[in-house]
Amino acid sequence: MDASSPQNDGVLLLPEVLLLRPSALALPFTAGLGAHFRLLDPLDSPEPARSFLSSRCRAVRALLCLFSPALPVKAETLDLLPSLELVVVSSAGLEHVDLPYCRRRGIAVTNASAAFCEDGADYAVGLLIDVMRRVSHGDRFVRAGSWPVQGELPLGFKLGGKRVGIVGLGSIGSETAKRLASFGCNIAYYSRKERLHVPYTYYANVHDLAANSNILVLCCALTEDTRHIINKDVMSALGNEGIIINVGRGALVDEKELVQRLVRGEIGGAGLDVFEHEPKVPDELFVMDKVVLSPHRAVFTPESLEGVQELIIGNLKAFFSNEPLRSLVQYE
Amino acid sequence: MAADPESSGGPPPLRRRAAPCVLLLRHPPHFTLIDRPLPDGFRFLKPWESPLPFDDFLASDDVRSAEAILTSQGVPVTADMLRRLPAVRLVLTTSAGLNHIDLAECRRRGVAVAGAGEVYSEEVADLAIGLLIDVLRKVSAGDRYVRRGSWSGEGEFALGSKLGGKRAGVVGLGRIGLEVAKRLEAFGCTVSYNSRKKKPYVLYPFYSDVRELATNCDVLVICCGLNEQTHHMINREVLLALGKEGVIVNIGRGSIIDEKEMVQLLVQGELGGAGLDVFENEPKVPEELLALDNVVLSPHTAVFTTESLSELCNLVVGNLEAFFSDKPLLSPVLDE
Repeated sequence: MDASSPQNDGVLLLPEVLLLRPSALALPFTAGLGAHFRLLDPLDSPEPARSFLSSRCRAVRALLCLFSPALPVKAETLDLLPSLELVVVSSAGLEHVDLPYCRRRGIAVTNASAAFCEDGADYAVGLLIDVMRRVSHGDRFVRAGSWPVQGELPLGFKLGGKRVGIVGLGSIGSETAKRLASFGCNIAYYSRKERLHVPYTYYANVHDLAANSNILVLCCALTEDTRHIINKDVMSALGNEGIIINVGRGALVDEKELVQRLVRGEIGGAGLDVFEHEPKVPDELFVMDKVVLSPHRAVFTPESLEGVQELIIGNLKAFFSNEPLRSLVQYE
Repeated sequence: MAADPESSGGPPPLRRRAAPCVLLLRHPPHFTLIDRPLPDGFRFLKPWESPLPFDDFLASDDVRSAEAILTSQGVPVTADMLRRLPAVRLVLTTSAGLNHIDLAECRRRGVAVAGAGEVYSEEVADLAIGLLIDVLRKVSAGDRYVRRGSWSGEGEFALGSKLGGKRAGVVGLGRIGLEVAKRLEAFGCTVSYNSRKKKPYVLYPFYSDVRELATNCDVLVICCGLNEQTHHMINREVLLALGKEGVIVNIGRGSIIDEKEMVQLLVQGELGGAGLDVFENEPKVPEELLALDNVVLSPHTAVFTTESLSELCNLVVGNLEAFFSDKPLLSPVLDE
């Protein structure tokens, strides 16, 4: 018998978990979760959200935040949950959670980056090889029947020996660095704080990183500090042959500036999985061969989604059994 | 200035003898693509600049004095050609592949052969991995989806599949195969291989039979050369053994795979996907492939980066200068 689940008239009551999710999301996880927890979903109730929370969730100890929820995990929501002790986040990023607030109230937060980081890194490297070696361009070229008629593709560029600057050395950034090292790239990084015991060169600001790199790979979260972190100055520092790979968030890059530079030939190429106003993609990019465009899926594979579900359930079960959480976010 | 050759006791410096004649079967694109002129100190004989048909050109006195032949991938050096050019002592190719050279005849005649050595190995390995990631994670397919305006945030486009944990079989564990294996490991794949012979210092599991390798793998990467034994080695049975979810990547030569069978299996859904840089009848690509989303097609670009071409040109010049100074070749093809 599971010691954490209260019994009532012989019926095993599953622990309650408040579910905050985007309104349109077709839920891939609920079937799996429903077997272990009783989910309280304000979007499923005719009651207005605030009323639902105040009347039904006063005893709720755990909250599951799925992707970008309709109700933000911030003060206005959290103030209505006096018993809350745990926030479980399903995404790699934590931008929709007010971390300082959670820290002040002693609420533990778990993230899911461990489930996504390898796939995210694989994809970042895939985008980079694609840009440098013209893989999608070549595929387009062959499919259009151009190979016999037009001869050769323009030359590509070797990865080995190139200086790669990783922006954000979290789990995705670290896995990306490890892979690129096997291609013979020289790795440097920028992070909020220098990481000890890491064999890569550290730069305290993105501008210096860009000035010393041929390629930038963006793997960091979007916060107030990182919004448009790749701006005009950084792009100038990277140079005309520079390449930008973005598997973070569109708004990490001043997209308008990037597009203009691509048009003017002031940047070498880009592999973009995310855009500032997705799914809208700037028209100018559709006709460029030196960019690779991707519909926001760097971290998503059936395997990673299964991994996320497992991690969510694992964290919640550990919490309700008073065991150590599997992916606790350490407050800095 | 060069010392008096008699007193130095060494072979005459390149400049002092008549420029060696080199038969150039095709102007190497590797030089033109990076605007590199052919090296001085050699007389290059160019069939395309002659009004004579090729047979007559070969028979001319000028060409019969050729001491070396410089060729490229796909331009054959046949036994007949070697018989007609008895002064040839060296065949040099710009390619890593040697299937277009009659090696047995070269051996019989004591003609040295030199190729691209290891100049391309990393680049080719990089592209192999790029093709693999592209097929598994649908990178080009995703790019097509976005470019045609289909991305509307409703997630109809199917997700790809994770690399990590996949069992990868490398066919041919030469320098390219080893570079591919190293990269596959960094992505969390487990690596096994098939080769003519088991490699003594390699820890990856060895399969002497390529079909057995395919049975035990999710992914096959073809890194071997084309010869009589490897022609159509990847046949229907091997591809079926790889299976419905299986992916094949080919950066070797098109004819290592029975292309007709592969196309049929891809169309029928009996093979999961393919990343192909080479084809049996390049630049002809089977039309059925153009309609498939689970294949990535590349116009034989694996060696074409500015960096590798530059190194290759240096190697060609280096080999010619070494050979005609009686020094060892830089990238001789060794008998195995």
